[in-house]
Amino acid sequence: MDVEKKVAATPLLDELEKGDWPSFVTEIKKAAKTSKMAQGLLEQVEASYVEKTGHWKHGGIVGVKGYGGGVVGRYTDDPDRFPDAREFHTMRVNQVPGFFYTSEKLRALADIWDKYGSGLYNMHGSTGDIILLGTTTENLQPCFDALGEIDFDLGGSGGALRTLSCCCGEARCEKSCIDAMDMMYDLTMYYQNEMHRPAWPYKFKIKISGCPNDCAAASARSDMALIGTWRDAIQVNQEEVRKYVADGMNMVQVCRKCPTEALGWDEKNQTLSIKTEDCVRCMHCINVMPKALRIGKERGITVQIGGKAPVVKGAMIGWILVPFMKAEAPYTEIKDLVSRITEFWAEHGKNRERLGELVERLSLATFLEGVGLKPLPQMVSAPRANPYIFWKEEEVVKNG
Amino acid sequence: MSFVEIKGQQIELDEDGFIVEPDLWSTDIAEYFAKEEEVEELTEQHWKIINYLKDYFKQFGIAPMVRKVCKDNNVSMQELYALFPTGPAKGACKIAGLPKPTGCV
Repeated sequence: MDVEKKVAATPLLDELEKGDWPSFVTEIKKAAKTSKMAQGLLEQVEASYVEKTGHWKHGGIVGVKGYGGGVVGRYTDDPDRFPDAREFHTMRVNQVPGFFYTSEKLRALADIWDKYGSGLYNMHGSTGDIILLGTTTENLQPCFDALGEIDFDLGGSGGALRTLSCCCGEARCEKSCIDAMDMMYDLTMYYQNEMHRPAWPYKFKIKISGCPNDCAAASARSDMALIGTWRDAIQVNQEEVRKYVADGMNMVQVCRKCPTEALGWDEKNQTLSIKTEDCVRCMHCINVMPKALRIGKERGITVQIGGKAPVVKGAMIGWILVPFMKAEAPYTEIKDLVSRITEFWAEHGKNRERLGELVERLSLATFLEGVGLKPLPQMVSAPRANPYIFWKEEEVVKNG
Repeated sequence: MSFVEIKGQQIELDEDGFIVEPDLWSTDIAEYFAKEEEVEELTEQHWKIINYLKDYFKQFGIAPMVRKVCKDNNVSMQELYALFPTGPAKGACKIAGLPKPTGCV
């Protein structure tokens, strides 16, 4: 259905449509043909560019029955000028592991959002969720109920476990060491309470990547990154290696790119050697020779903690907490570790303090003791030069 | 901003329906908010939480963290949501007449 066109010219926003890349302005204009809310959004955003000031108020507490999160409240700061953007709440919808949808499901989702919201989406937001942009307080509950009818649920927001995310895992990738999609689904179902009823100092993100290529960018974006790995040797098919060489691959160059010099190329015997004890799973050789090299057979995950984007403090990248653990359904060991970590963080964390910041403040040694883990050289970046664990006073006395 | 009339008194609410002037709070207002927040009847258990929130706010000037609410009142998160279906921040704090907690996304 078309709605009355009443949007004034938007010369500044039009500038953002120039160039060869996609433009959010184009998309909002498309939605504005059928949505009053999208028209209101266009007007407000144009005014923001003209006046060089944003017109969104910060925050807002709105939600649906039984849930403490999943909806982010947004209001315009000038409802008289922008009546159609008066309420413009965001709903976060839990995405499907690996982003596999049927077109039928997406159409059903679109019908609901055309009915209850602005018709604008973010597929997918950096949280991983399907972000439904712009609806009113009144429409939240009916929209949520309708989403439930087609098997969609809200994701996390606020001081809660956020919607999990993963790469496409074994569904489409031969490098995946774990069933990332199953793990995401299993953990999502297990942690429904922690997702929908915020009770923690701040957000907590778990992201799962099938291999160290880390396509889910878990290391940089999640408080707890579960990354597939193996602990035996890379499987080598020498015949296929020789074919790559015959096809012109510069094997000396490949070996030189190995960060720990674990690779060696015997030109005379045309044989590739790998010192497994030196391999740091950087994935480079496997990525350039997918037919010749495969991930090892004894697979599991490496657990990293502490990754985050800058909000209260600067960005942090995750570091290794558990070098290797098995990852088979029902993932009991992983759940147990998550519980111990979140319990320690909830108990000691300050308001809006992420896990990485807490460990930095209290020290790694305190944290390890709190969650019952032993210090390991893998936990620090240069263990040979870095006296990463200090003796406690009583130990010094005892040991002389 | 909007106004609602409760027992002949005009009460100002913000866009999320929270009270703007916490000093104007009364049990009548709590009853009104309770209906808005899907609480059918305010029982003794509800009042225990409401009074706890009010006392905490009076003492510290902020709403307590949810974990503290649960610990101090010996309730689980599930029980808290059973009492206040729209949650501790949106439901319980509003009924207790606390100004809107500063939420984060």
